[in-house]
Amino acid sequence: MNALILARLQFGVTTAYHFLFVPLTLGLSVLVAIMETLYVRTGNEVYKKMTRFWGKLFLINFAMGVVTGLVQEFQFGMNWSEYSRFMGDIFGAPLAIEALLAFFIESTFLGVWIFGWEKLSKRVHAMSIWLVAIASNLSALWILIANSFMQEPVGYVLRNGRAEMNDFLAVITNPNVLYQFPHTVLSGFTTSAFFILGISAFHLLKNNPNFKELFQRSFKIAMLFGLISIVGTIGIGHLQGQHLVETQPMKMAAAEAHWQTANPADFLLVAGIDQAAQKNSLEIKVPSMLSFLSYNTFTGEVKGINDLQAQAVKTFGPGDYVPPVAPLFWSFRIMVAAGTWLVLMAVLAIYFYRKKTLEGHTWFLKALIWTIPIPYLANLTGWYLAEVGRQPWIVYGLQKTAAGVSTVVSTGEVLTTLVSFTLIYGVLAVADLYLLLKFIRKGPLEHDAEETLVSIGKGASLWT
Amino acid sequence: MDLNILWFILIAVLFIGFFFLEGFDYGVGILLPFLGKTDNERRVLINSIGPVWDGNEVWLITSGGAIFAAFPNWYATLFSGFYLALFVMLAALIVRGVAFEFRSSDRSPAWRKLWDGLLFAGSLVSALLWGVAVTNLLQGVPIDGNMQYVGGFFDLLSPYTLVGGLVFVFLFVFHGALYLGLKTEGEMATRAERAARFAGGLGLVFLLVLALLTYTQTDLFNKAGAAIVLVLAAVAFVGAYLFARRRQIGWGFLFSGLTILFLTVAVFWGLFPRVMVSSLNPAWNLTIYNASSSPYTLKIMTIVALTLVPFVLAYQAWTYWVFRERVSVKKLHY
Repeated sequence: MNALILARLQFGVTTAYHFLFVPLTLGLSVLVAIMETLYVRTGNEVYKKMTRFWGKLFLINFAMGVVTGLVQEFQFGMNWSEYSRFMGDIFGAPLAIEALLAFFIESTFLGVWIFGWEKLSKRVHAMSIWLVAIASNLSALWILIANSFMQEPVGYVLRNGRAEMNDFLAVITNPNVLYQFPHTVLSGFTTSAFFILGISAFHLLKNNPNFKELFQRSFKIAMLFGLISIVGTIGIGHLQGQHLVETQPMKMAAAEAHWQTANPADFLLVAGIDQAAQKNSLEIKVPSMLSFLSYNTFTGEVKGINDLQAQAVKTFGPGDYVPPVAPLFWSFRIMVAAGTWLVLMAVLAIYFYRKKTLEGHTWFLKALIWTIPIPYLANLTGWYLAEVGRQPWIVYGLQKTAAGVSTVVSTGEVLTTLVSFTLIYGVLAVADLYLLLKFIRKGPLEHDAEETLVSIGKGASLWT
Repeated sequence: MDLNILWFILIAVLFIGFFFLEGFDYGVGILLPFLGKTDNERRVLINSIGPVWDGNEVWLITSGGAIFAAFPNWYATLFSGFYLALFVMLAALIVRGVAFEFRSSDRSPAWRKLWDGLLFAGSLVSALLWGVAVTNLLQGVPIDGNMQYVGGFFDLLSPYTLVGGLVFVFLFVFHGALYLGLKTEGEMATRAERAARFAGGLGLVFLLVLALLTYTQTDLFNKAGAAIVLVLAAVAFVGAYLFARRRQIGWGFLFSGLTILFLTVAVFWGLFPRVMVSSLNPAWNLTIYNASSSPYTLKIMTIVALTLVPFVLAYQAWTYWVFRERVSVKKLHY
């Protein structure tokens, strides 16, 4: 174990953990805003209860997203100080803008929303959750602009031993972010839609007459939102893949375990991968399909890992430029399989709902409950693909990961913080799950005076 | 004025905003177990900052982002150098942050005790570490010719920096108690005023010790301006303390705010044009020039910041207006 490995592990652990909460925030904020808007428009109390029920779950999740985000803001300096020196001129700007433009709005208006039920008009109150939703998604845009530079550097010049920005517009309109942003945000929307579908299914199965209408209506909103989001996620993901074939061919070649350049190239459904021998021991393939996926035509040369490695050595000097192939190959397939499963579930949900046979199909409702983790799996494997697929680079083509790590932080120090963060995060995960499950099981409030409200007085809000 | 200076000032402004706003949040957090005797009273205390604490903390996140964007070498040296201290601070902020949401989500007394305890501890540790960090910046830390921190965790702890930590703790408790004097009613407000007098008296003593030690331990007094502002901080603290004793809480809070403002300005003025002082060799200092981003990035960020900051100030001020009413057990409106 050296500091580099540990620092990478720490980044992986803290970022993956942070990203358990972010996608749900991105989508659930929008869905809660939609619900509250329906309440304002119709005056129907069911929508208000709905807003509060999903809003409570949103808040528990949001709190976790905020505090784990703090670590993200500072760990570039802590563990990746050489990266920060090299990239700060470009990378710091979107981070600062994210805080100024998004975090301030998000946190300020969330406070207003939580505590403002009695103090603001219905419209202003609904507007505050819309601002939270918009700002959350704006923050995703800015952090992805920053990440996109690491994937596809644009608008910069190498000067004074670092990358310096010379075209801000190019940085914020990075072609990579034009795919990555909608793909990420829509997968967040998908996550929240299936979160609501699964929990609604749980309550429809329990068949409590008081909650029935609320969860049927929630189900309807989420199924439409979910189908649109997952289809969008996949469609844009496909275009993103084609873009990556052009801009980060090694990442895609590794994700396909595509060793030898071929025209036409075959798509592997299953492969036994031997990275040391630079080949696959076993392949189940669809002929010419990789060419089709890459170029929308069944012919077309797709560069293989071995050629790309040789090319990289020629450009960048000796070194191993091949990321870990097998994990990427399987991550990619898990992500795609998860996406496909979600399309199927969304279509079935709409079909049964429209046939009014939803509640008769208890197997389907149960399946929906077990589908809640599937988008999370897709989110994590997707990010694994994006970040590990870029290795050995921290900034593609400009700085290697090994050169970005802090030089003054000892192995023992990284180990200390890694273990400590993992422990803290583990404990928080238990508390978070405990609360979520508790509120999910309990269901919406029977009436506005919830048990805890009684203890502290009428008019208290969600915060309690 | 060049943009490097402007960004140094902007970051100082962000820290003033952060210490002023989060200062009373930390103070309320530290006072939680002392002033809140029953669960409902603790609810009142937490609700007094409930709508605003998260927005206040964004001042810190923005400060971090601004340092990264404008002075990447400062960001890199500071956070890799103060590694374990920063980790402790982050851990404190994490448990404190979730405590706000989690504590009331379950009625079990043990659960609430746990999160209330973490809210208290998180606030205390953060406040203390801020004081330690700021005084370390002034005093200087071992930085080599490659802008790398070459000390360890315990190099950050000295009598001087610990006094700095105590000043921040008691100043923030004082500030928070005065805030509570304004935001609560009746018995709770009376208790808060008593706490303000206690914390204010101690804080004042520590501030005077800090000022003396600053004279011996740092070069701040070489700059007449910085020295005057530091004295102004002490004067403002005396004023705030006297107002607190005379139960003129509004004035007291204004002056505790001024104390924070002057203290922060004194620190930044004392540092200027350095952002990190090397205790090994003055030639190895990080300054607003050798630590900065390119002129182009500074220009872009200036346009962005000057456009957005007025809006931030406007809507944050609006939220304080919306939630201007006092909080009490009888009318826990939020």
